[in-house]
Amino acid sequence: MRSDRSASAPLGLKIAAIGGLAFLHIPILLIFLYAFTTEEKSYQFPPPGLTLQWFAVTWNRPDVWAALTLSVKVATIATAIALVLGTLCAAAVSQTRFFGRETISLLVILPIALPGIITGIALRSAFSFADIPFSFWTIVLGHATFCIVVVYNNAVARFRRVSGSLIEASMDLGADGFQTFRHIILPNIGTALLAGGMLAFALSFDEVIVTTFTGGQQSTLPIWMLEELIRPRQRPVTNVVAMVVMLVTFLPILAAYYLTRDGDQIAGAGK
Amino acid sequence: MSALVTPATILPNRPSLTGRLSDFLWKHPHVLLAILLGPPVLWLGIIYLGSLFALLLQSFFSIDDFSGLINYEFTFATYMQLLSDANFDIIVRTVTMAAVVTIFSALIAFPIAYYAARYAKGKWKAVFYLGIMLPLWSSYLVKIYAWKLILAKEGILTWAFTKLHLLWLLDGWLSLPIIGGNSLSVSYTGTFLVFVYVWMPFMILPIQAALERVPGNLIEASSDLGGTPQQTFRHVLFPLALPGIVAGSIFTFSLTLGDYIIPQIVGSSRLFIGQAVYAQQGTAGNIPLAAAFTVVPIVIMGLYLWMAKRMGAFDAL
Repeated sequence: MRSDRSASAPLGLKIAAIGGLAFLHIPILLIFLYAFTTEEKSYQFPPPGLTLQWFAVTWNRPDVWAALTLSVKVATIATAIALVLGTLCAAAVSQTRFFGRETISLLVILPIALPGIITGIALRSAFSFADIPFSFWTIVLGHATFCIVVVYNNAVARFRRVSGSLIEASMDLGADGFQTFRHIILPNIGTALLAGGMLAFALSFDEVIVTTFTGGQQSTLPIWMLEELIRPRQRPVTNVVAMVVMLVTFLPILAAYYLTRDGDQIAGAGK
Repeated sequence: MSALVTPATILPNRPSLTGRLSDFLWKHPHVLLAILLGPPVLWLGIIYLGSLFALLLQSFFSIDDFSGLINYEFTFATYMQLLSDANFDIIVRTVTMAAVVTIFSALIAFPIAYYAARYAKGKWKAVFYLGIMLPLWSSYLVKIYAWKLILAKEGILTWAFTKLHLLWLLDGWLSLPIIGGNSLSVSYTGTFLVFVYVWMPFMILPIQAALERVPGNLIEASSDLGGTPQQTFRHVLFPLALPGIVAGSIFTFSLTLGDYIIPQIVGSSRLFIGQAVYAQQGTAGNIPLAAAFTVVPIVIMGLYLWMAKRMGAFDAL
């Protein structure tokens, strides 16, 4: 049917690709190494010795816990809002045709296509314009705005694969719109929504630029980290927090990958 | 509601409330569309576009030099300030950095994307996918922090150069004007490296998506017709991958344009647009000038997106 594909890549390409991947991963691995260093005052390499004491020190720091709690709360609520709005938008764009569809996609993408500082400063000036004091909710408001796009992208991609005939078949068999949604659409898009939600969570959990503008006095974990980067107080604690943040964000990403991996094998997609 | 139904329907109307609602929505798709679109469009329209508009409006105000208060009169004076030497330098510096970062990101990203799209199979496909996704999604600040460790004077790069007896090369590089500095972590080179590292993964995925759509037999056809690998790349592969590269460059370019944290943590004291905005709205309290500064990346990205759309880049996203 098709001529043999050459199985192996040219050596140069292989080296460039693997070198590129190494470039992406070595800095992350270094963070892990530095979490164990005994050196407190500088970033000396190789570390003079290894220790576990910084984990205990970090565990007992109330400011780290406060920042972590706030980050988790913000990310949870922002993700919930983004899930609802992103799914609605994706359903409208992929299931119907209307004037201005392209504009809607652009509108959703805009908050991440434009630099974060613009979103941040725009929200900040709008809050001061409307006399809204900075609070937990102003952070959530900002985060939800740019999280919508992640959910939207995942949902739109999946909606495209849910074949229209499946929905029509459900309708033909007497199901009403809600039943079709409950029994046909939701099971098909469920994993995509879960994946989108997890990525939105990771995005919000990590966001720093918009938060500096909408956060007021409270600090989320990234804000805490930024302060440590600008004015280091106890470097090893920052190292440990950095490592933990890395591990915590890996989990939703891995989960999102496994959830969307089998997306091609959705029932009815093959026609 | 049911009075509107013509007797020609095959099934009787559903008696339940949800059934009636469902029927109503089926017959009036516009209402359904409004229900679906309403919340997200209102949210983005009011919160996001509203704020953006309010910000842009402020750029047409000016600040009173003596009182430091905002003068709410329509003027272009604030925009004229952007053209002053110091401010214009900031704009040129940022745009140049964004362009260089974009080019290098594309150079590093292309082989990874090409390998992942064409040669990686089965388990390796997953390895490549995760190998790209993990750095892309992992914490932005942690990534910058990692580079602070790497670029520090006592850090791993200096160590590696010493071990390889190449310290003279590093010192020579650092003594160069403009791109050099006291150490890598306070030089443009350092800023550049971190920018490339942090934004490059955004370049890989669109290129990979574009390359995955290139049929393998197209490449073979080119070779069969006598094309050398270089010719095949130039005349077949590259033009087909271009929309992906342009799509990726939207991210690398835009993200570099607006970033103020990377140059603040790793870099010289010379400002980028993002830092100028931050300083103007914060310590200087000059919101109009800050707003005018933000218009620069908006206009540049507007032009960029318009060009990208014409090149079909959005299909590669």
